Amino acid sequence: MCDTCGCNITDGNRHLLTPPKGRSSLGNSPAKILNNLLLHNDQQADLNRAIFDSKGVLTINLMSSPGSGKTALLEATIRQLNGSLKIAVIEGDLETENDADRIRALGVQAHQITTGTACHLDAHLVEKALDHLNLDELDVLFIENVGNLVCPASFDLGHHRNVALLSVTEGDDKPAKYPVMFRAADLMLISKTDILPYLPEFSPDRAEGCLRNLASKAPALRLSSKSGEGLEAWIAWLHSELKSYRNARQQHETVKPNVQPEGRMLHRAEPEIRFVPVKKSA
Amino acid sequence: MHELSLCQNLMDQVNDLARKHGARSVSSVKVQIGQLAGVEPLLLESAFTIARAGTIAEQAEMITEVVAPLVFCNACGKQSEVTPSNLLCLACGGNDTRLIRGDELILARVELVVDEDPQTH
Repeated sequence: MCDTCGCNITDGNRHLLTPPKGRSSLGNSPAKILNNLLLHNDQQADLNRAIFDSKGVLTINLMSSPGSGKTALLEATIRQLNGSLKIAVIEGDLETENDADRIRALGVQAHQITTGTACHLDAHLVEKALDHLNLDELDVLFIENVGNLVCPASFDLGHHRNVALLSVTEGDDKPAKYPVMFRAADLMLISKTDILPYLPEFSPDRAEGCLRNLASKAPALRLSSKSGEGLEAWIAWLHSELKSYRNARQQHETVKPNVQPEGRMLHRAEPEIRFVPVKKSA
Repeated sequence: MHELSLCQNLMDQVNDLARKHGARSVSSVKVQIGQLAGVEPLLLESAFTIARAGTIAEQAEMITEVVAPLVFCNACGKQSEVTPSNLLCLACGGNDTRLIRGDELILARVELVVDEDPQTH
């Protein structure tokens, strides 16, 4: 996906592909610039994080398959918080304003990013979204990523924590099938537990076991946005993350999500060189 | 996921080496791909056929070697070679492990075609 099919280029970073006027003769071919997109993304992500940190806004990236209940979780969270924390939401989807509308209906500011064809959010798209949000006096900003268990794991948005949802209709071995995503999670939420009685094939213990098999120490909580069961533990996690984030900010430090970015970079170890001598042609 | 972009990075390294050693062409490029690198060997190989076009490595063959994850156990100090979906220590079964190999993408070897005169390299 992404660079292979070209969807890595989003409205947020397309400008990087166009050489500045008068500089096209320098040999900065689109291919060469495309090459550096991930590097540009990481630089923009650090900038975004600096913006969040200057406002003291804990930023959480919500990731899951499509339909795992990310928006429903946000709706339930807003109701449960009942104004005790000031939050805002950035929604990511390929098309429609539907999710942002659902959040706004509850009186919380939301901005919808429509990515067109891109299967993930990137740091430039998030930066553009920030123009539409007032970060002053916010406690928590949620970024609801595009529903996808593959690509979002590789893009730093400048956020502080990764939360991965796994709904009980999906199969309890998802962490084993998508290890790159679930290794990046700072918290795994098993969602839609209200319908567990109808799904004897899903075992929350097995799902958590698959996460532990990835040597992840991230907590795994079980909840239902519909019945409200388990929401207290999720809200408590939010409060405790906010507290540790604020402590870090007092020391002029920040927190970074549990991503492992070194894997996607080409290590610069010196390769072995083997020579194949051929006769000099005249 | 980012195979084409990674491949272009790889080609930059290969082209630099070929130039530095005055090679006529490149006959093979060997890369090691960690199973947790998020890079698909087959996609990398097909991206390579695009990235090599028009370069000194146009005729080069890509050899990919998949590297299994290796974890170090913080509890018992043993190292185990494991699978991507099970990163537990094989010795004590503990999950307090650290990944020490298996999420990397490394250019391991480049085979350069050079003139027989030893002074050229």
